[in-house]
Amino acid sequence: MANDTKFRNRKFKAVGTRPPRPDGLDKVTGRAKYGADTFAPGQLVGLILRSPHAHAQIKRIDTSKAEKLRGVKAVITSRDLPDLTDGDSDLYDILENSMARGRALYDGHAVAAVAAIDAPTARKALKLISVTYKILPHVTDVDEAMKPDAPLVQPRVFTSGVSPKPKSPSNVAKVSEFGHGDVKAGFKAADFIVERSYKTEQTHQGYIEPHACLASVGPDGHGELWVTTQGHFIFRNTCAALLGMEVAKLKVTSSEIGGGFGGKTHIWMEPIALALSRKANRPVKVEMSRDEVFRSTGPTASTSIDIKIGAKKDGRITAATAVLRYQDGAFPGSWAMLGAMTSYACYDLKNVKTTGYDVLVNRPKVAAYRAPSAPMAAFAVESAVDELATEIGMDPIDFRIKNAAKEGTQSSYGPTYGPIGIGPTLAAAKKHPHMRARLKKNQGRGMACGFWFNFGGETCTDLNIGNDGTVTLTVGTIDVGGARASLSLIAAEELGIPYERVKCNITDTGSLGHNDMTDGSRGTFSSGMSTIFAARKAIEILRQRAADTWAIPIKDVTWEDGQAIAKGKKHKKLKPLSLNELAAASPNSGGPIAGHSQIVADGAGVSFASHICDIEVDPDTSATKVVRYTVIQDAGKAVHPDYVEGQFQGAAAQGIGWALNEEYVYDENGRLQNPGFLDYRVPVCSDLPFIDTQILEIPNPNHPYGIRGVGETSIVPPLAAIGNALSNVAGVRMTHTPMSPPRIRKAIRGKQT
Amino acid sequence: MSGTLVSTVVNGDQTEFVCQPNETLLEVLRNRLGLTGSKEGCGTGDCGACSVTLDGRLVCSCLVLGVEAQDREVNTVEGLADGDVLHPLQSNFIDHAALQCGICTPGFLMASQALLERNPSPTDEEIRFALAGNLCRCTGYDKIVRAVKAAAKELRKK
Repeated sequence: MANDTKFRNRKFKAVGTRPPRPDGLDKVTGRAKYGADTFAPGQLVGLILRSPHAHAQIKRIDTSKAEKLRGVKAVITSRDLPDLTDGDSDLYDILENSMARGRALYDGHAVAAVAAIDAPTARKALKLISVTYKILPHVTDVDEAMKPDAPLVQPRVFTSGVSPKPKSPSNVAKVSEFGHGDVKAGFKAADFIVERSYKTEQTHQGYIEPHACLASVGPDGHGELWVTTQGHFIFRNTCAALLGMEVAKLKVTSSEIGGGFGGKTHIWMEPIALALSRKANRPVKVEMSRDEVFRSTGPTASTSIDIKIGAKKDGRITAATAVLRYQDGAFPGSWAMLGAMTSYACYDLKNVKTTGYDVLVNRPKVAAYRAPSAPMAAFAVESAVDELATEIGMDPIDFRIKNAAKEGTQSSYGPTYGPIGIGPTLAAAKKHPHMRARLKKNQGRGMACGFWFNFGGETCTDLNIGNDGTVTLTVGTIDVGGARASLSLIAAEELGIPYERVKCNITDTGSLGHNDMTDGSRGTFSSGMSTIFAARKAIEILRQRAADTWAIPIKDVTWEDGQAIAKGKKHKKLKPLSLNELAAASPNSGGPIAGHSQIVADGAGVSFASHICDIEVDPDTSATKVVRYTVIQDAGKAVHPDYVEGQFQGAAAQGIGWALNEEYVYDENGRLQNPGFLDYRVPVCSDLPFIDTQILEIPNPNHPYGIRGVGETSIVPPLAAIGNALSNVAGVRMTHTPMSPPRIRKAIRGKQT
Repeated sequence: MSGTLVSTVVNGDQTEFVCQPNETLLEVLRNRLGLTGSKEGCGTGDCGACSVTLDGRLVCSCLVLGVEAQDREVNTVEGLADGDVLHPLQSNFIDHAALQCGICTPGFLMASQALLERNPSPTDEEIRFALAGNLCRCTGYDKIVRAVKAAAKELRKK
């Protein structure tokens, strides 16, 4: 029974309340320690030399002058990171991305690194390293990279997903196809067809905390790494493999994380820090600058997408296709595949076909960014859906409701849905007062939907009960924004004790079994499930202790509201034993009371959102302002509603920035022109309105509490919601993000001529 | 280069440190004084994560040199609480869930304090413009603005 995952519709006491988070005080007083906030005795400063070229052969690296500089303790190049990947191409990509091996593949690619006694010495040493480059032709645009004469980014990459296997290498790393039915027949049956192409520019997760770590490796093969990460167990496994270390001998401790959004699921400079430390035999701290963060970590893909959707006069979609080209940066990924899977996930379609092309270009290795790949596909699909509804003469919400997926629908990417929230979020949007509010002059309204899978995965949790009855909950999934509070609520709920009696710690890799990343909105879903199971095992022990105390069989003992109760009339004289009493007696009744859980959390529930947006456009300058915004999303179960709302609002804000402002700008030499927050402008406080939220709770049948995961879905709809609002106010169909004032102006002028 | 001896007041305490002439106040606070509450998010004055006050004026400590602290008063997030009593901004940030990852929180608290000292009854728009120099990537600012409003109300009652 302990590992029963079925949703049983229990009445919650703790779950669903809004207590203060346990790590709040540390975070408002400056005590919380992030990636750059720790120091080791004798630590050195590590700095990285990066390629100024988009694509270049590294003919020679001369580090001799740097090595001779007083205060320099280690200089490394790729020679200090020998290839131990044994044919594992994903691992090799991580190795090559962490430091160039013969060729620099993008502006910002690491080529060498130094460790010195202080930052001025390290900076001086970097200048003394001489690199001789031979500049090679480069390509940064996804459509250009697919042309037959485009410069080849990775000669070792042959297109996968096609048969027969190609004979020559290609920038197209992978082709992915999804769908069912007969789209040709479907389009033939259509009364209306919309066909359009879209482009989205590259954006960055924009976490405020740059990557930082403190590495310490000794000549005995033992090491420690303190790092800001979304998954320290995976960092341990990967770094150990790259450095040739034994997994158990590398202890990785996750710092507090200053934002990740997917960007801190990937390894960047951590192998460099470890290699520097090993060579210097001293602790080495590496902190990236913002320029390095933009140039060499984490952006999402830029895309080029073709959409075709056909429908009958009555509004029923008859066929839909999408061709999606996503750039992966200089290393293969599966970003177009995710775009092809998610594009039509909101709809119940008889005939659908999507094709994704993962394309290599000379840009940084693309990383996950909150519901990775879904926002771009949704921008294209939800814009076309809106246009089609308008052509048919139907209200865009009614059109979506008519075509929405429901329980039993075969999704466009394969599986058949269980109970899902797309219909309910659309119905809630239709009823929402926002939909009926009056618009002022120069304002328009748009709406759009979004989908994300949500993940589960490997999870390991300990729950220990102290002699005073307080509970230590030890988890291995990073807290990116309130998870300690949510998991403490879940432990309190299951044990029937006050929230304040639980302390949740995120532990290091030396203290718990493997945990996958906090990604795919899995933190509260997976560690929540694992916490429930650990608590149930502790309850078994508590019941046994009570049974032993009373000298009755354990089957006569139940656990309710934090106490053991002897069931039945024959035991009515036995007074309940509280968790506190049983804990106090534990030293003499069998020792420590604990529960442990090690699971693969399966059954993550898909999640849907519908957003409504009002936008105002200045008729003279085409400057835009979001004046009202509403997020409606299915949470399954909101464990701590404050932090669920926070996820909805934060995701919407990132989507708004993506829609209106944010983009990577490369020059003709393939150099990033805006690697800073001044020129890469994320939304600031005065750009945004209050973001209204409505939480729907359609329980996930595969989680004991009905939890789905909430972190990602709401970054998916904003691009199209804003595009559709712009279309309604300016009478132009925007097909290229960011929809910045110059692009809007151009579109309006194009319409006038 | 040889270091300069600087005598200053940090969070009310007389403090001395030696720093290089090109070292920023942020580097001094973090690396020499152990005050890591102020964060470096950009190093170019664009994100506000390093916000502190210098003689009561809000500054980005990454754009101020350590030597400029001579004979001045520096206040950081570590000095915001009054002993074990949190500043109303701090308690309201917790109560309103105005932080998720928390990396920008010290800067927002310092910027909000500077605002409320200047303007105890700010409108929503005044709050949004006063905090426009501080980037938060987690919250969409909604709960931050609400927390600042609540703290302003509490402070006005005092």
